Amino acid sequence: MERGILHVDANCYYASVEMQRNPELRDKPIAVCGSQKERHGIVLTASYPAKRSGVKTGMAIWQAMQACPSLIVVPPDYPEYIRISGMMREIFNSYTDLVEPFGLDEAWLDVTGSQELFGSPVEIAEAISARVKFELGLTVSIGVSNNKITAKLGSDYKKPDAITRIMPDNYREIVYPLPVEDLLYVGPATSCKLRCVGIGTIGKLAECDEDFLHRRLGKVGLVLKTFAMGLDPTPVQRTDHVQAIKSVGNGSTAPRDLVNDDDVRIMLYLLSESVALRLRELGSRCMVVEVYVRDNALVSFTRQRKLRQPTCSSAEIAETAFDLFKRNYHWDKPLRGVGVRGSELVDATNGVQLSLYADARKRDRWEQIDGAMDDLRQRYGYLSVQRAISRLDPLLAGVDPSQHTIHPVGYFGG
Amino acid sequence: MEEKRIRKYVPVVLRVDENGKIRPLVVEFDEQHKYLVDQVTDVRRAACQSAGGVGDRYTCRIRGQEAYLWLEKGRWFIAAKPEYVAKEDEGNEDHSV
Repeated sequence: MERGILHVDANCYYASVEMQRNPELRDKPIAVCGSQKERHGIVLTASYPAKRSGVKTGMAIWQAMQACPSLIVVPPDYPEYIRISGMMREIFNSYTDLVEPFGLDEAWLDVTGSQELFGSPVEIAEAISARVKFELGLTVSIGVSNNKITAKLGSDYKKPDAITRIMPDNYREIVYPLPVEDLLYVGPATSCKLRCVGIGTIGKLAECDEDFLHRRLGKVGLVLKTFAMGLDPTPVQRTDHVQAIKSVGNGSTAPRDLVNDDDVRIMLYLLSESVALRLRELGSRCMVVEVYVRDNALVSFTRQRKLRQPTCSSAEIAETAFDLFKRNYHWDKPLRGVGVRGSELVDATNGVQLSLYADARKRDRWEQIDGAMDDLRQRYGYLSVQRAISRLDPLLAGVDPSQHTIHPVGYFGG
Repeated sequence: MEEKRIRKYVPVVLRVDENGKIRPLVVEFDEQHKYLVDQVTDVRRAACQSAGGVGDRYTCRIRGQEAYLWLEKGRWFIAAKPEYVAKEDEGNEDHSV
């Protein structure tokens, strides 16, 4: 039997939840924005009237107000979005147990085995759409296909409140003319590389020579070609399938722009402490340290370095990240935020291959200090013991790195 | 366009049976207006389109009329006509919930 995969995407999710519970906001230009005081003041979701006036996700509030002076700015209420998202998932789970959430507002459903009970994938999509509307007061766009990538293209194809079926019989007709950027994992950098060689549509990518793509883009070129041909075999991962943690990271928007190396160092230490703590909680060490930088024009990049030995010491992670930063950033613009990530995790309980040259004793001592700090903080609170560096700028040091925001998850589960 | 309603949170007298199932017995619109719930004909999750809110919707028969009662995050509400909520303090009319 042919696979039946649905991708369900709740339209303007945060804004729709706000409009559902407050009818006064319906049909008005509204935008759910992060807190202006803590400088997360960007548009998280805009309603359709706001989008029509030019408000886009990721804009700063002042830009959005310029584009649409009558914009109503609403603060986010994550617990409510999580509650409604949970209810949406309950609806999905009543049709199939193969539900893979992608953030709060999107999910893939494998309904291949549900067709005997509930009808064709399109009929199931119609039932889900109707139930979400009745039970939660939201509209969804659903893409129906035989693989996850095409199903996602389908849910983006027509919005709001629509069902798009893309199967092999109409695949070329619908998908081939779409711009290549519509494909998952074609971001600005890949798009640029593809467009440079005249690949502007998904159709062209699908018909492109494999060797050529491999030469231009490496391995990912071949993956993208499979995506473009609608041949993605990736299974829908069940929610109860706990993915092995591959990396631990933490990033934050600073309370003010970061303007020099010292500012960045304070932030990196703060973030590294929470990364190192989580590594220790997981009983892991990381082999690779990655630093993430975003400037005040919201342009960002990441750089990473492999360590000689795995570590879970906050000082070592912070210093590596800081060194990476200094080598790669030249202060063209002030920074809005930074992040640190430890990846290539190894089990800390196993023995570590010692280096002939590094000072293992010093490293042990640092790890013991970290452990002692963990204990102190657990008993007497986070602020009971702090690094002296955090006293240099109380405003920056006031960021609580444990207050995680909800980041979109990666498709490859990385 | 649906008629405009306002979400009015109300005190409710409940009966909880041995299985933990709850049934509303009395809806207290205000001090003067307390309504006996004669029968609960349906319970399902539903969005309240007219006044906003998402929760378990109890379809009740009250004085021969059908009325909806929502349970959202542990609180009960009805979608009341704005004029009744505004006149709440004067309180002599018969409110249809």
